[in-house]
Amino acid sequence: MQEHDLSYVRVEMVNAQAAPASERGAGHWLRTNLFATPLDSVLTLIALLIVSYYLPSVINWMLINAQWTGTDRTFCATTAQGGGIQPEGWSGACWAFVGAKFQQFMFGRYPVDERWRVYLVAVLFVALLTPLLIPRVPKKTLNAILFFVAFPIVAYFLLLGGHFGLRYVETALWGGLMVTLVLSFVGMVVSLPLGVILALGRRSKMPVVKLLSVIFIETIRGVPLITVLFMASVMLPLFLPPGTSFDKFLRALVGFSLFASAYMAEVIRGGLQAIPKGQGEGADSLGLSYWQKMGLIVMPQALKLVIPGIVNTFIGLFKDTSLVYIIGMFDLLGIVRQNFSDASWASPQTPMTGLIFAGLVFWVFCFGMSRYSMFMERRLDTGYRR
Amino acid sequence: MATQDLRMGAAAPRVALLYNPRFRSIITQVVVALALIALIAWFVDNTITNLRRANIASGFGFLYSRAGFDISFSLIPYTNDSTYLRAIAVGTLNTILVAVMGIVTATIIGFIVGVGRLSRNWLIRAISTVYVETFRNIPPLLVIFFWYFGVISALPTVRDSIALPFGSFLNSRGFFFPKVIWGEGAWLIPVAFIVAIALVLFVRSRAKARQEATGQRFPVVWTSIALLIGLPLLAFFVSGMPATLDFPKKSVFNLTGGMTLAPELLSLYLALSFYTASFIAEIVRAGIRGVSKGQTEAAYALGLRPRSALNLVVVPQAMRIAIPPLASQYLNLTKNSSLAIAIGFPDLVAIGGTTLNQTGQSVEVVVLWLVIYLAISLVTSAFMNWFNARVALVER
Repeated sequence: MQEHDLSYVRVEMVNAQAAPASERGAGHWLRTNLFATPLDSVLTLIALLIVSYYLPSVINWMLINAQWTGTDRTFCATTAQGGGIQPEGWSGACWAFVGAKFQQFMFGRYPVDERWRVYLVAVLFVALLTPLLIPRVPKKTLNAILFFVAFPIVAYFLLLGGHFGLRYVETALWGGLMVTLVLSFVGMVVSLPLGVILALGRRSKMPVVKLLSVIFIETIRGVPLITVLFMASVMLPLFLPPGTSFDKFLRALVGFSLFASAYMAEVIRGGLQAIPKGQGEGADSLGLSYWQKMGLIVMPQALKLVIPGIVNTFIGLFKDTSLVYIIGMFDLLGIVRQNFSDASWASPQTPMTGLIFAGLVFWVFCFGMSRYSMFMERRLDTGYRR
Repeated sequence: MATQDLRMGAAAPRVALLYNPRFRSIITQVVVALALIALIAWFVDNTITNLRRANIASGFGFLYSRAGFDISFSLIPYTNDSTYLRAIAVGTLNTILVAVMGIVTATIIGFIVGVGRLSRNWLIRAISTVYVETFRNIPPLLVIFFWYFGVISALPTVRDSIALPFGSFLNSRGFFFPKVIWGEGAWLIPVAFIVAIALVLFVRSRAKARQEATGQRFPVVWTSIALLIGLPLLAFFVSGMPATLDFPKKSVFNLTGGMTLAPELLSLYLALSFYTASFIAEIVRAGIRGVSKGQTEAAYALGLRPRSALNLVVVPQAMRIAIPPLASQYLNLTKNSSLAIAIGFPDLVAIGGTTLNQTGQSVEVVVLWLVIYLAISLVTSAFMNWFNARVALVER
């Protein structure tokens, strides 16, 4: 019998092999992502059918068939609709309408030769906001004070005028994206401190303060924004001494800010509840007063926790600014809507084009904010990982 | 001796009254309450003066006078000779109708899209993501305008109505569908339905008891479906088929007969459903992702089939996560239905606004709004809390 030495030690390494053909390339991706099971295949086919039916017509309508230039409605209407250049059965976006009305969509009826003031405010806004949003930039406190305190004052004098040799521009002339931004900015600046106070009030140990905060928050949160705006526009003049005239825009601002505060208060309360009791007790044992305890120990931690929540609330508020249209003010959506009935541009394509434009603007703002909130969420999350 | 007396029961150290926490708390509350009362008194005083100047009598007496305006859509009989009270009731019912229709549809779309966002299928996932990110980031009012001005008013005119199955039509004046006219003996059908529900509940409890006692299962779902459909159908035939259909008929200028969903109602309903569905989709997704993978794996290890694992293990736990935010979305939808006023659908806010303009009774109308909306919110959240308590984790 011959003995075999069965032990075997490999001397050279085997060269790395490419993955089998079934596990790579487009075929593999298709198999795992689109045709994994029979049901998946059916779903994919149905979805493909729907997409290939609708997507070309959407692209066609928005880009290829669209009318990009023009001076009035005849460019965007077929002969039967009283237009000139479009063939029968034509359907496409009327971007010429947006182009012609662009200035109005941005500024409303703000006087043309005073619009540099709006541009200046916009530049200031971006210049102050950008460093505030980038976490690495230092001097956040100074920046925040400039943005939340100094900027609103400067913007007020610049936009409204009437002082320092600037012409007075009444708020009835304001409109468009400018109103949307002013409303949401004021809503945020007022609602943050008011929300903090209401949240503290709701968690207070004093029954009277607590009860009042709860009543305010729950009443405002229980009714739609429109009723709050109606209340502000109808009831505020009633509440004040006879003869007090009250700017319509200011009334909307008051209503909107109160509404925003109630929602902000609930978000901040969530943050307060997440702070361990020991933090407050530690502050008490150090002999800090209530306001020192809240301002130096509890609030900084709580606010940092709820930054994503605050941004989300703010996205909601930004979208809700469009409701002032109902009480007769023209924000971006309102002014687009108002222009549907402009006789020199009315055509079957105008409403859809205007709405898609307004939708895009809102979408860009809201999507940007939601991405930023996700970014902050991830960033703040790492702080608690050890 | 200068040492302090630290024994238990020693008298509390005497501090100035100003630094006594209890005293300070009471003073603060008294000051806050007084300030508020003063403010309210000032408001009330001003309001009374203002109202007297405008010659408006306060009080809810105006509710019983003739409204004098027409309402385009009403669930209960209403003419312009009816009272304001009835007008407000019409508005409340319209709000509830839109809210209920919207909640049901938004939940269905939201569940489909939410599950779609977790699908293995790349295409389905992409479509669902595009849907959610689009609708979440535009104002609801824009969605309403989109349906109203962009889609429904761009539909063909009455003459070229799009014919749909079951004799219904779609055109720029709304959705026309056959109306069921119930004849004599039709009351048997709802009665049969109620009996069917009672039977289903009975069968369910018996089946559960039997499974717990013997381990044998009873096909509850199929029995329930058969009962719920079968009994009313049986009643329908027994009572001699007391229903006729009134089909909408095309005439030269309009469609006559049948029932109509007006463009306003249709756009509001579709817009609210599609808008809220994007939020519900995210809640559903978060709920399902919130159930850890170990739960599914443990269910498989116990020998459960994928479907049972989903139904018995994953969904009950996902529901627990999803229900509280779902409740607040339902409330949001109800509140957003007030946007109806922008396209002229007569909901509670729109009718209240008309009343306010006609009578000048602003305080009373605002109070009515507050009370009715708060009541709707409270009922909805009470129901959702009850439902939440049912599915909540029972810890021992």
